[in-house]
Amino acid sequence: MRRHKGANRADRHRGAAPTGRHRRPRPVGRRRSRADRHRLAADAALLTVTAAFVLPLLWLVFASLDDRATLRVAAPHSPTLDNFSAVWTDEITFTPMLNSLLLCGGASAVTVVCAALAAYPLSRFRSRLVRPYLLTILFTTCLPITAVMVPVYGLFVQTELIDTLYGTALFLAAAQLPFAVWLMKNFMDGVPVSLEEAAWTDGASWWQTLVRVILPLMGPGFAVVTVYSFIMMWGNFFVPFMLLLSPDQLPASVSIFTFFGNYGSIAYGQLAAFSVLYSTPVVLLYVMIARRLGGGFALTGAVKG
Amino acid sequence: MAAATRTEPAPRPRLRVRTAPRRRPLRWLPLAPATVLMVLFLGGPIAYCCYMAFTDMQLTGSPDTHFVGLDNFTQALGDADFRNAVVLTLVFTLLSSIVGQNTLGLALAVLMRRASRPVRTLTGGVVVAAWVVPEIVAGFLLYAFFRREGTLNAVLDWLRLPSQNWLYTLPILAVSFANVWRGTAFSMLVYSAALAEIPQEITEAAEVDGAGGLRRLWHVTLPMIRRSIGTNLMLNTLQTLSVFGLIWAMTRGGPGHRSETLPVYMYDQAFLKALIGYGTAVALLLLLVGALFSVVFLRLMREEV
Repeated sequence: MRRHKGANRADRHRGAAPTGRHRRPRPVGRRRSRADRHRLAADAALLTVTAAFVLPLLWLVFASLDDRATLRVAAPHSPTLDNFSAVWTDEITFTPMLNSLLLCGGASAVTVVCAALAAYPLSRFRSRLVRPYLLTILFTTCLPITAVMVPVYGLFVQTELIDTLYGTALFLAAAQLPFAVWLMKNFMDGVPVSLEEAAWTDGASWWQTLVRVILPLMGPGFAVVTVYSFIMMWGNFFVPFMLLLSPDQLPASVSIFTFFGNYGSIAYGQLAAFSVLYSTPVVLLYVMIARRLGGGFALTGAVKG
Repeated sequence: MAAATRTEPAPRPRLRVRTAPRRRPLRWLPLAPATVLMVLFLGGPIAYCCYMAFTDMQLTGSPDTHFVGLDNFTQALGDADFRNAVVLTLVFTLLSSIVGQNTLGLALAVLMRRASRPVRTLTGGVVVAAWVVPEIVAGFLLYAFFRREGTLNAVLDWLRLPSQNWLYTLPILAVSFANVWRGTAFSMLVYSAALAEIPQEITEAAEVDGAGGLRRLWHVTLPMIRRSIGTNLMLNTLQTLSVFGLIWAMTRGGPGHRSETLPVYMYDQAFLKALIGYGTAVALLLLLVGALFSVVFLRLMREEV
């Protein structure tokens, strides 16, 4: 790509002050055609990979619109919304989606509030303990949550939190917290302290400063943490799969699995339609925050302590 | 990311002198909710995990649980299924995370810098879409893709290549590909960000010195993004170690035990065979491996400061 960019630049500056590289026009022309070839090759390679990646997604879209869907990708002969109306019932769609919303919405709210409260002192005050605390948090972020699910199940049975929405929501919140605190602290570090100092001088307490100054400034960061936590929880299968038992409490991520076990092997079209319904909210939310999140790499921002 | 680190800490001491007298431990109070949640729901289970792994606890809830020392671990080492799970986990991690996601992600990121704009946008969109779709939906999509009557075989037939029942003959390969399909976007985004940070002058200098594309990649680009490579490898590996839903939706660890990685084995032993103590011992091993990777990851992050 350097080659290609360099060539473009050479074109643009051909009339400008001559530098060592741009004085000779002939090589520029040759380089340009080479750059074009490179770009074509890159395009071809990328399109091949894209084709491989898009096939499963195409199946999802086609099958959901086809009332005689099979497991193969095939454009539906007569696109219909029958599959959607077939799953558009209380039992299949609304109850699980509502459960998901309660579970993930509640858990995200807990996560964001706790993370915001915790991030403030971590970002603003100094103490020898801040760095170890942050390192512990970062360490926890990386632990495989899957591995603790067996002991969590054991503890939930003993404390009778098993099969309760709020217990599961609290666990989801706790599991998401390390990353949320980390992300939130990084966002807070980006809000200038001088504005706060002005508030302090005017005699505001830390609580007033938080509510009146920091939170409004932190709006975007807040939104990102909320939406990101929500997306992660919405897609989480293992946690509700383990901790919720009664069918009327299951969120969509688990009910889709039982649906598949019961009817999915016959009604692929309906399975696809339900998958589309279940995936749509998170895809939309992701599109909303994609730009700001930059792909979730706040995690790769360094330990500041 | 390095830039953010450098610009940040300057104004802090002033704030402390002006507004925060030394003895005000209450200002750390906002840390409490998050800390309590994490200690209860993450610290608790981890501690409980360490205890349960040394007992013969069973799911039946019989009150006589005994301390059995290292029996669970020796039993695991002697169990052919456990060794099988370890090997499969290694294969799965190596194939899908280190070879697949990492290399493909890097290749895509490099190619995207050369490609034309529409192709770049298209590829980015499709690959990220595969990442955003919830885990369990991804499981179904790839189940449909790899089934005997699925899309992959249709494509192979069309290309006149021999088709086969992938989920039966090579289940571990199928789930590894599934994980590559789902996880490549993360690596791609990490590497795109890293490549964008390389100063143009450096690659141009190498170009002027006559270094070809591959040599530039090997001697200039890769050394310059080595931290991102390390971070990305760690995160990918940790993520892959805890994959459960994807495998469960596609094969449930079968046929036989031929796609049963450690998380699936742990679930199978703890819940389907009701050996909670034994399952926890496996979980503890998984947790230890995760912790090891986390520590390496932390060291990488620390060097960055």
